[in-house]
Amino acid sequence: MKRRELLATSAAALGLAATLGSTARAQSPLRVGFIYLGPPGDFGWTYAHDQARLTAQEHFGDTVETFFVENVPEGPDSERIMTQMALSGADMIFATSFGYGPSVNAVAQRFPDVAFEHATGYLQEAPNVSLYNSRFYQGRAVIGHIAGRMTETNKVGYIASFPIPEVIRGINAAYIHAKKANPDVEFSIVWVYSWFDPAQEAAAAEALIEQGCDIMMQHTDSTAPLTVAQDAGVLGFGQASDMTQFAPDAHLTAIIDNWAPYYMHRIQEKLDGTWEAGNVWQGLPEGEVEFAPFSDKIPADVQEETNALIESMRNREYHPFTGPLNRQDGTPWLAEGETADDGTLLGMNFYVEGISGEIPS
Amino acid sequence: MDFSSINPVTLIAMLMVAATPILLAAIGELVVEKAGVLNLGVEGMMITGAVSGFAVAVNTGSPLFGMLAAILAGAAVSFIFAVLTQILMANQVASGLALTLFGLGFSALMGQSYTGIVPPRTPKLDFGPLSDLPVVGRIIFGHDILVYVSILLVAAVWYWLNYTRSGRILRAVGENHDSAHALGYQVKKVRILAIMFGGACAGLGGAYLSLVRVPQWTEGMTAGAGWIALALVVFASWKPWRALLGAYLFGGITVLQLNLQAAGVRIPAEYLAMSPYIITILVLVVMSSNRGRRSLSAPGSLGRSFHAAG
Repeated sequence: MKRRELLATSAAALGLAATLGSTARAQSPLRVGFIYLGPPGDFGWTYAHDQARLTAQEHFGDTVETFFVENVPEGPDSERIMTQMALSGADMIFATSFGYGPSVNAVAQRFPDVAFEHATGYLQEAPNVSLYNSRFYQGRAVIGHIAGRMTETNKVGYIASFPIPEVIRGINAAYIHAKKANPDVEFSIVWVYSWFDPAQEAAAAEALIEQGCDIMMQHTDSTAPLTVAQDAGVLGFGQASDMTQFAPDAHLTAIIDNWAPYYMHRIQEKLDGTWEAGNVWQGLPEGEVEFAPFSDKIPADVQEETNALIESMRNREYHPFTGPLNRQDGTPWLAEGETADDGTLLGMNFYVEGISGEIPS
Repeated sequence: MDFSSINPVTLIAMLMVAATPILLAAIGELVVEKAGVLNLGVEGMMITGAVSGFAVAVNTGSPLFGMLAAILAGAAVSFIFAVLTQILMANQVASGLALTLFGLGFSALMGQSYTGIVPPRTPKLDFGPLSDLPVVGRIIFGHDILVYVSILLVAAVWYWLNYTRSGRILRAVGENHDSAHALGYQVKKVRILAIMFGGACAGLGGAYLSLVRVPQWTEGMTAGAGWIALALVVFASWKPWRALLGAYLFGGITVLQLNLQAAGVRIPAEYLAMSPYIITILVLVVMSSNRGRRSLSAPGSLGRSFHAAG
């Protein structure tokens, strides 16, 4: 649904709500709104959320009506759009980016009957705000291992978006496992300060390759870095969805965000009237983190090790942040055998020992 | 600070590529403004060119046809602006902004079925052994065709504006449309042609992004390049070669800050990221503090509508 339509319907909904109250809603399908940071065609973050929305829509059929607004900037705009959604009769709103946090909480306080689901956030200031996140760091650990085993120059390039805990956690998880697989590995990290800027991401990839990196990792959403990798004859990993078609030779695998199980579960609860605000952090075991098929470029023994690593995390035997681990400055963080608690991981603002460079403030 | 790990040769080669889309758009807008028209729709024309070029390249399998289509599409969109401002006498600033908004929306609509498609690749020009020469091989003989086209275009526009009769007529129209009209020049015809030339250049710049630089179609992929091109024209004080310099400076700083980060140089990336804009403001202040408009050499009739009175 486009914003203009929303405006029109919101006016109508206001009138409806005033005269008919909540009885009007009970007969109509459950209206579930999604706000997206980028376009659904980014083949990255937003694409993954939209795929899950489509899966849920198909699953519920006529009992649920989903709609979305794309390209919503983080900040006041998102507050306006969520307000419009709530006014136009949305029963549930999925806000699918970290930066929507303050707006989600502000709008939620004004619409106590609407269920708000905020992805990757940490603010919960209203009883109807739920948080959900994925343990992408498990996926990062896996691709980190592959990168460590497969780099020939021992330099891995990492295109990072914003210095927030989610991104720093990913860098740390990837680095720890690359280092385990290859003690000589080094990470070069470039911050592009955008989730989605194809030209900038391409330039960053070029710069990293120029510095001798032969494997690209990215925490940005476009396929541009992989296209550059393909041209330069180096390797890389897709982000959020299978990006093989954009770089058939360079693409090793991709961390796939599978939000569908969670979305269907929560929408079902809302339909049943059992929805309650929660705070969940699912990952490999729940099927929320998946991988694109491995490329033939990955040797059989590496594939085997990687599958074993995935399996050990899937059955919860292994935690990617297991001590002994030190912080970048050398101070101890986790003792032998100790695993990181979720609180530290969610607020992670430091590199682990061995990564060079500083986190921009 | 250790800059030694950055190779200046590759840096220059990379910045030329990064600067090409804004250079193409800027040189087009320069001609438009020299004719006395302010078209703020550069971003809209660029993105229309980006999507049209992409669509045609995908359907025909030829990047060259794609680029031709981008030129035509950019010129076609700018023709809307020309009709609005030259024939219907609409306000240029408002029409230009409308053109940008229209272009962004229209391209998103047209491009819906083209997301996630890989376009045919644009090969680099083959100079044979010349490309293997040290230094110049990478800087001069290592690019795709549009990089050369953009530089040739700057040279052509410079020559045309300064040394040809028609170029001087265009400048006369831009400096003082009443006098030009009195001399018998067709002000509106000149301006409409200039606007369409600007649109064609912007469209080609957009296609460079979607076909060569990225190469992929995504909504809003110009990401403000059109606005930088507009700033560049002022930065260049309406002189073609300065536009080239400005574009390479902009491109250079963008590329340099990423390279510094990749090389592990500890420099706050934020400062480098905003430096192109700060430099633009500084240049504007320095230039305009010196005898006002004359030293800026802004065309005298810039942004004013022309109505042939009695």
